[in-house]
Amino acid sequence: MAIHLRSADEIEKMHRAGLIVHEVLNTLRSSVRPGMTTMDLEKIAEEKIAGKPGHPAFKGYRGYPCVLCTSVNSEIVHGIPSPKRKLKEGDIVSIDFGMEVDGYFADSAVTVPVGKIKPELQKLLDVTRDSLDRAIDKMRAGNRLGDVGFAVQSLVEENGFSVVREFVGHGIGTKMHDEPNLPNYGEPGRGARLQEGMVIAVEPMVNAGSHEVRMRDEWVAETADGSPSAHFEHTVAVTSNGPLILTRPKEMTGPSW
Amino acid sequence: MAKPEDDKKKGDSGNPKEDAIEVMATVIEPLPNAMFRVELENKHQVLAHVSGKMRKNFIRILAGDKVAVELSPYDLTRGRIVYRYK
Repeated sequence: MAIHLRSADEIEKMHRAGLIVHEVLNTLRSSVRPGMTTMDLEKIAEEKIAGKPGHPAFKGYRGYPCVLCTSVNSEIVHGIPSPKRKLKEGDIVSIDFGMEVDGYFADSAVTVPVGKIKPELQKLLDVTRDSLDRAIDKMRAGNRLGDVGFAVQSLVEENGFSVVREFVGHGIGTKMHDEPNLPNYGEPGRGARLQEGMVIAVEPMVNAGSHEVRMRDEWVAETADGSPSAHFEHTVAVTSNGPLILTRPKEMTGPSW
Repeated sequence: MAKPEDDKKKGDSGNPKEDAIEVMATVIEPLPNAMFRVELENKHQVLAHVSGKMRKNFIRILAGDKVAVELSPYDLTRGRIVYRYK
C-alpha cells in the first residue's frame, strides 16, 4: 500500500483538527489534580469539544467507548476513562486525543504528572518528550523511517529505558491509522524514504523497565513488569520547510510539549 | 491513538479475503502441485490449494486430515486450505 502525499490544502485541514486537539489537551494538562478520576478528564474533554466542528476520532473507533485514552502509571496506551480510576499524588497519566474535522484527522498525546512526582518519573517524562523532539527533527524529506525510529530508540536506551515494540506511530490523513507504520526503533538509513506531503503521527511509548507489553483486555496495554510508562505524540507533516507539527499553533516553537 | 504493530494481520474490511467463507473439511486425496481434493461437511467435494503461509511454514497435509478451507463466494468449487487441525 502506498503512503499518501498530502497537498498544502489537506495539511491545512489536518491542522484545523490539530488545533482543536491541542486546545483540548492543553486544558486537560492544566486540569489534572490528585483526587480526580480519569472519567473527570473525559467529561472536561467532552465539554471542551461541544460546539466545535468535527467530532472526536477515538469514540466508536473499533468500538472504543470514550473520546480520550487515559493511561495511568504502568498503563502504556488505550486506558479507558473510568469513574473508579482516581489519580493520586505522584501518579503519571498519559492523555491521548484525536479529532476528525471535514474528513481529516489529527492525533496527539501528552503524559502529565499528578501533583509532585519522583525525580525518576520526571526523568522518564523528560526523556520521552525529548525523544519525540528528536524524532520530529528527523521528519525531513530524504530521511528514512529508520532514522526517525533510531532517534527515539537511541536516546531512550542511553537513558536506561526501553521502547515499546507492539505499538507504533502511523500515517494519518483521511483515516486515523494509515500507512506507513513508524516503529519507535530502527536502523538509520533503513525503511521508506520520507517525502514532502507525508503526514505521520509520531508517538514514542517508553517504559521505565523492560519493553515487554501485556494486554489487560482488548484495549488496555500495560507494561509486563509493572514499571511506569510514558507516551508523547504529535501529528507531523514533512514540508519543504522541514517538519511541521500540526497538533499545535504554527507560531509555537521550542520543545514539542 | 497508537496503532497496534500487527494491525494488518487482522485484515482490513476492504480486503477481498475477508469475503471468503471458512468451512471445515476432510482431505480425500493429495494431487500434484500442492493441490488437494477435500470433502466439506456438506459432502461437497472441492479442489483446494494450500495457503502461502502454510507452505512457508512447511505444514504437511495428508489424506484424512481435518482442515479449514476458505471458499471464495465467486467460485465454490475451489478453495484454500488455511489450517490443518492436529
